[in-house]
Amino acid sequence: MKLMKTLLAASAVLALTVGAAQAKTLVYCSEGSPEGFDPAPYTAGTTFDASSRPIYNRLVQFTKGASTTEPGLAESYDVSEDGLEYTFHLRKGVKFHTTDWFTPTRDFNADDVLFSFERQWKTDHPWHAYSTGITWEYFNSMSMGDLIGSIEKVDDYTVKFVLTRPEAPFIANMAMDFASIMSAEYAAQLEAAGTMDMLNQQPVGTGPFQFVNYQQDAAIRYASFDDYWGGVQPIDDLVFAITTDPAVRLQKLQAGECHVMPYPNPADLQVIQNDPNLQMLVQEGLNIGFLAYNTQQPPFDNAAVRKALNMAIDKNAIIEAVFAGQASVAKNPIPPTMWSYDEATVDDPYDPEAAKAALAEAGVENLSMKVWAMPVSRPYNPDARRMAELIQADFAEVGVTVEIVSMEWAEYLEQSSNVDRDGAVLLGWTGDNGDPDNFLAVLLGCDAVGGANRAQWCNEEFDALVQEAKTISDQAARTELYIKAQEVFKREAPWATIAHSLVFMPMSTKVTGYVMDPKGTHAFDGVDITE
Amino acid sequence: MIRFILNRLLLIIPTFIGITIVAFAFVRVLPGDPILLIAGERSVSPERYQALLVQFGYDRPIWVQYWDYLLGIFQGDFGTSISTKRPVVRDFLTLFPATVELSFCATLFAVILGIPAGVIAAVKRGSWYDQTLMGTALVGYSMPIFWLGLLLIIFFSGYLGWTPVSGRIDLLYFFPAVTGFMTIDSLLSGQDGAFVSALRHLILPTITLGTIPLAVIARQTRSAMLEVLGDDYVRTARAKGLAPHQVIGQHALRNALIPVVTTIGLQVGVMMAGAILTETIFSWPGIGKWMVDAISRRDYPVVQAGLLLIALIVMAVNLIVDVLYGLINPRIRHH
Repeated sequence: MKLMKTLLAASAVLALTVGAAQAKTLVYCSEGSPEGFDPAPYTAGTTFDASSRPIYNRLVQFTKGASTTEPGLAESYDVSEDGLEYTFHLRKGVKFHTTDWFTPTRDFNADDVLFSFERQWKTDHPWHAYSTGITWEYFNSMSMGDLIGSIEKVDDYTVKFVLTRPEAPFIANMAMDFASIMSAEYAAQLEAAGTMDMLNQQPVGTGPFQFVNYQQDAAIRYASFDDYWGGVQPIDDLVFAITTDPAVRLQKLQAGECHVMPYPNPADLQVIQNDPNLQMLVQEGLNIGFLAYNTQQPPFDNAAVRKALNMAIDKNAIIEAVFAGQASVAKNPIPPTMWSYDEATVDDPYDPEAAKAALAEAGVENLSMKVWAMPVSRPYNPDARRMAELIQADFAEVGVTVEIVSMEWAEYLEQSSNVDRDGAVLLGWTGDNGDPDNFLAVLLGCDAVGGANRAQWCNEEFDALVQEAKTISDQAARTELYIKAQEVFKREAPWATIAHSLVFMPMSTKVTGYVMDPKGTHAFDGVDITE
Repeated sequence: MIRFILNRLLLIIPTFIGITIVAFAFVRVLPGDPILLIAGERSVSPERYQALLVQFGYDRPIWVQYWDYLLGIFQGDFGTSISTKRPVVRDFLTLFPATVELSFCATLFAVILGIPAGVIAAVKRGSWYDQTLMGTALVGYSMPIFWLGLLLIIFFSGYLGWTPVSGRIDLLYFFPAVTGFMTIDSLLSGQDGAFVSALRHLILPTITLGTIPLAVIARQTRSAMLEVLGDDYVRTARAKGLAPHQVIGQHALRNALIPVVTTIGLQVGVMMAGAILTETIFSWPGIGKWMVDAISRRDYPVVQAGLLLIALIVMAVNLIVDVLYGLINPRIRHH
């Protein structure tokens, strides 16, 4: 059997590589199917891993392994004094992919930038609704629509964005997946042929890999792009083998059917560590898991009560039981991998006696409350039910009775946003663009009350700091404001900050050069395999 | 016979309309709505929510939406997926052959092993063989598909290394889908070893999906055989001195098969449910996995159309079973 297998494999390899040197193929066992190959209409990381990361580039890009940005398709940019005008100087000589369905006649230029943004921005643009039911979710949720005042082509290699208000996170937004640069020439070809929806199925970009084929729900194939402006890739082919079950992914990895897999089962970590053929990279995720009180309802409108309850929670026990030890205790609302993280913050100590005394002092007796447990597993909270049970036991120690409630996920998201919601909610967040604003304003700002601000917390001092930080482009000055905001947060305690989880990437020992991304995306440029 | 088939076809019309209503209502009765799921933890502003509602047409009265859906079906338009933005029918046609291929193999596996096993168990009633077989069938029937599939992978693919872990074919092979059936396409491609690879990938999913039908068919065959073996005509056949294999094969089995064929027909419906789990474990790109994703995303058009198309297929299979029934037993078609 073994011999037959070897013979079969050998003959197949031979059949594929006649006349060519041994091709290096990296197989990634991805966790799900992409929704499409135009990243802008979508919000799922799985879709971005398969579209924006291999196929496209953006004007600015995230530095590998960090949450800061660096030049991408724009070699540089200038910001005007008032923070309203961003002028991007485009890289010259950048080629688009040549594929069976498109042959570019020109290099990347300002027209492509205009096309990529105007289609999302202008409702009367011919590509705004190029396929039934298409929406631009990230562009909208990052408020790009009202933020952009105009986009001007100064010349072929210069584009100017004029904003309606100063907004420092704008540059980080430009590195996000929805800001991927598409080919205007390819779009024109599709429009002329009347096959506009192919933009989402046969993509053309400037990225390190070009799209070859997608077998729905089974595999995606890419080939290294020889004319990539960032240099030729060490591997020849990249294949995503879609494997939804984590236990099966691990079996495939161990059997050599793939080289890299994301999201292992926490229970399998030990097995992976003991396997001599596997290595595992670890990084703190750009996430936070929290318990959000409803700060508009008594007795949780009293910061002293919230503080007291925070002292009753044994976070280390939670990290052991829920995260199998694979997380760190959270003391701030932003993770430590993010710039402006306040190292100086002193966390509320775990002290049931002090908590009991503080509750008594606040005049709270025989309190009974609800704790909401999410029905789904997320990196920031793999098992909310278990976490809620531990909190229930902790609160019982200080004389607080907890009823755990749960409901279907969409229902949970909707109900937990209600201002008059009853109870404290377990939830969390994974950052989009590495900017602190993406946590502090989105999750705790006054605008987000009734929405993503599940604590329903509107604190004028905090909000003013975060809003001011948004208008300054100097990072040091912003850091100062965000540190002050974190101090207000800690004093007021709208959440019990629970944990930042660790993210694991198991892979074959043959794989070299893989860099983990704190934002949780998976990219394979610069990755090599040794035989 | 033709009248018999026409009668059956007429019955399909009210069933079909009933299913459109159920499919339409099912996904809307579930709590949670698709727009909020797209937004996730982020949540959407009321204005944006309203805009999306209008864009998807979910702001209209429910009966208008239903009418729209029904009208679309009769024009062959099953709608567009909310999440992938692709026409539902195209996705269905791409994925369906994978499910058919797997279900067909699993049915074949269940029938080829199940009927002889049931016959032997009935003939040797009470023997150790009978008891072992029925015991095993009970275990097979009670085993959760998910667990069985994972167990098979860990043992045969992980520990022994005999079979591939998941997928439909080795990633080395790459050719365009002509029929969508990997076994046929691999032969058409002319690539060495592709067909064998496709077959090897079928082994574990087939066993996983086929085990429950196998157990059901074996038990059904056994009890049907036991019933006919006690009948007068079997005694007569024996009395006139026919060889035992003729008595069992020609007289008893033919009559015992009638309820068994019904069972096999019903198992196709069961198989569709089993395919959902089997496909998820083995990363088998079929409609089972597709439906699970669609339900969890509340992708209304996909769930509506998918349920309807699956129901149509189950109805078609039942029609075929009814016709087969008539062929096996002339008494039925004359009623």
